[in-house]
Amino acid sequence: MKILILGAGQVGSSAAYHLSREEANEVTVVDKRPDVLRELQDRLDIRTVVGNGAYPEVLERAGASDADIVVALTDSDETNMVACQVAYTQFRTPTKIARIRSAEYMNANKLFTQDAIPIDVRISPEQLVCTYVEQLILYPGSSQVLDFADGRVRLVGVKADRDGLLVGQRIATLKDHIPNTEGRIAAIYRQGKAMLPNGDTVIQEDDEVFFVADRKDIRVFMSEMRRLEDPVRRVVIAGGGNIGVRLALALEQTNQVKIIERDHLRARDISEQLNKAIVLVGDAADEELLLEENIDNVDVFCAITNSEEANILSSMLSKRLGAHKAMALINRASYVDLVESGSIDIAISPQQVTIGSLLAHVRRGDVVKVHSLRRGAAEAMEAIAHGTEDNSKVVGRAIEDIDLPKGTAIIAIVRGDQVIIAHHDTVIEADDHMILFMTDRRKIESLESLFQVGVSFV
Amino acid sequence: MNWTVVQRILGLLLMMFSVTMLPPILFSLYYNDHSWLPFVEGFALTLVAGFICWLPVHRSRKDLRLRDGFLVVASFWTVLGTFGAAPLFFADGLSLSFTDAVFESMSGLTTTGATVLTGLDDLPVSILYYRQQLQWLGGMGIIVLAVAVLPMLGVGGMQLYRAETPGPVKDTKLTPRITETAKALWYVYLAFTITCMLGYRLAGMGWFDALCHAFSTVAIGGFSTHDLSIGHFDSAYIDIVAVFFMFVAGINFSLHFFAWRYVSVKHYFQDPEFRAYSYMLMAVSATVIAILYWHRSFVDPGQTFINGLFQAVSIATTTGFTTENFSVWPAALPVLLIFASFVGGSAGSTAGGIKVIRWLLIYKQGVREIVRLVHPSAEIPVKLGNKAVPYRVVDAVWGFFSVYMIAFGIMLLAMMSTGLDQVTAFSAVAATLNNLGPGLGDVASGFMSLSDTAKWIAVAGMLLGRLEIFTLLVLITPTFWRT
Repeated sequence: MKILILGAGQVGSSAAYHLSREEANEVTVVDKRPDVLRELQDRLDIRTVVGNGAYPEVLERAGASDADIVVALTDSDETNMVACQVAYTQFRTPTKIARIRSAEYMNANKLFTQDAIPIDVRISPEQLVCTYVEQLILYPGSSQVLDFADGRVRLVGVKADRDGLLVGQRIATLKDHIPNTEGRIAAIYRQGKAMLPNGDTVIQEDDEVFFVADRKDIRVFMSEMRRLEDPVRRVVIAGGGNIGVRLALALEQTNQVKIIERDHLRARDISEQLNKAIVLVGDAADEELLLEENIDNVDVFCAITNSEEANILSSMLSKRLGAHKAMALINRASYVDLVESGSIDIAISPQQVTIGSLLAHVRRGDVVKVHSLRRGAAEAMEAIAHGTEDNSKVVGRAIEDIDLPKGTAIIAIVRGDQVIIAHHDTVIEADDHMILFMTDRRKIESLESLFQVGVSFV
Repeated sequence: MNWTVVQRILGLLLMMFSVTMLPPILFSLYYNDHSWLPFVEGFALTLVAGFICWLPVHRSRKDLRLRDGFLVVASFWTVLGTFGAAPLFFADGLSLSFTDAVFESMSGLTTTGATVLTGLDDLPVSILYYRQQLQWLGGMGIIVLAVAVLPMLGVGGMQLYRAETPGPVKDTKLTPRITETAKALWYVYLAFTITCMLGYRLAGMGWFDALCHAFSTVAIGGFSTHDLSIGHFDSAYIDIVAVFFMFVAGINFSLHFFAWRYVSVKHYFQDPEFRAYSYMLMAVSATVIAILYWHRSFVDPGQTFINGLFQAVSIATTTGFTTENFSVWPAALPVLLIFASFVGGSAGSTAGGIKVIRWLLIYKQGVREIVRLVHPSAEIPVKLGNKAVPYRVVDAVWGFFSVYMIAFGIMLLAMMSTGLDQVTAFSAVAATLNNLGPGLGDVASGFMSLSDTAKWIAVAGMLLGRLEIFTLLVLITPTFWRT
């Protein structure tokens, strides 16, 4: 697939990285800064073009005339919108994805139609990150919560600890523990190595367990893996930027929210937007301020300022001062490694959160949703089974008869409104949404070809 | 330095290279020339050497860094030149010394075309074919070929590609994927080879000669299967075909790629380097023809025209085919032609020399200085085709130019201290550093009369020229090895 990425910022570079390491993709990145591009081209097998990504001439040079997808990820909403418009009008690019940050644009529902601003998919990294953090707060103890089929199915990652009821026991005993719920353990990571479990697998302490369950059963399931934590009540958000404010807005009705912002004017501004949350002016790494605000009683300290170094330091400090749990927004993968083994509980990587929504559109076959896991090594995806028994390698077959690549499992199926947890004898029907877990991303191509409908019978 | 990765890639490439010794065996069996054995020996030697190199580290999976790229490319050309000499060294009929075998093989791979062999017409067919094939493989760059066929070289491929591709600007890719770019270049190369072969066949060569000469023409090499080179055929049609394909092969291959992909020729004329390249060839040819005519070197004006044109294009593009012994031509012609080879072909072509684009940039800077004298406070960027050239590139051109000249001077002195006269030494260094082939004086028809020391200097010159000096030079600087 020929992909054009406009903007080589953090989101753009990471998209280029993820997309270009799949054999089938040809990636071209456009940016105004030649030095950034040169550095990027040294690391990745991509082509780069210097120029303003909204200009027809630049797009032409970058190969827009035969590109399959244009992904506009510059920091300017306006540039992204114009670029998509140009790609559509001038080059008839089939799929146009744009990053739109401003909620003002996002909420205008008539704006993004084919005859106005033809953007097929709008991505707001801020919104995605915000939802992601919200889910983590909703399910304390989880390290990742991923939605499928509009939230009907959730894939939850959780670190097993000694107090989990299932820990030290065979998975097959799960049915006896919680007889009336449906759910399934999708994958286990033990010391960084992936394994697809069967009934005889024994869960150990410190395993990272991914399980899928109907959303109402998630808490019950979590209690099997680790001591159930009390629902989060008190949240401190460090950083009153876009994400911070969105998060505060989303949480302030159900939780006690405090938000720390350094800049007076900005603090003033966000205090007007928020109703219940308390806006504190000051430095998030200021010990006095944190103590004064009873940091030792805080359930979650969430550092999401623009500076990742500040996020790391302030969440470490808050943890030391007694915050029950600390999360930090961290862009660099190398930093994530550094801190997750240490004092910070969860490192939020905006790239990983964002990339999934891009990946869904470059997959062949009808893929609705992709979540990138474990820094891109694993993937969870939702794909629709098409075709009939005659021309599909999937439809009409029991899961055990489907020739899935190694390290891949179908873990759940959504049929209409109904969520079916996959068993070996579950039969896939046409138009089922299959939720898959893939421990090895490199198998993606054999998986894609599995879902494609055979041409000869169409 | 990632020694294991370098070693693994070197091993892989050697094993891949060993395969290229198989086609001569087929030729040997088909023509029954009884010389298949040296190729089997060469094949086995190279394969085993590659395997031994690769086996201990075949699990090493790290990305190539920039420095590793230089090391792989430089050492590969050196190693390859040596192993490529194996069949020539083993061949009984030739009885070449090690020095001569390496010289011949390196001259082939670097597309120089200088030879130490005489009596080519009587050599076994397989050996003749093998020499031509070496040139063909060296032309587009065997590492570019490796990048195209070994996808496992992956991202590191860019480092290799960049270390090997000639020209001042090396970051432009034709396609997003480096493998695809390399493949595209080889497709174009292959297409030219086939058309060139058909052209020669139609002009009157036999199939074997057509294939062999097509190999050395599109590679801008200059090896021939006959002692008299193209002059052997004594045919104006063959001369014209050769002139056309030498001209085409000296053009930047990315222009050909665009022509092929977008079915257009307009962009050729918009490219400043192409224009300069054509004008230069026209000017040199016109001068040569005019002087030849003036001195009545040939009786027939048609002969004057065709010989003048052929020799001018052949030498100026650094091919090195000959129809006449140009070293005895009148007036300044021999030296003029040798000078033309310093310009060479375009960047990104198979030609040697300093490359037209560098000369163009140097010339434009000269012009800029003149304009600056008249308008002292003017801001005058160096432009190519309405686009300003980045200062980095302009600087790099000067750096390249001076190092080229210094290398030339040192090698000239070294050659002369082996006892050669000035004309021979000068032209021998020019012929090897510019990957040209024939020189003047004692090296007008071949390098056989030189001492071993002089031959090794020539080998170094050919490598320096093919790798555009810096790739090789960087390896002997302390900065490179300092970790």
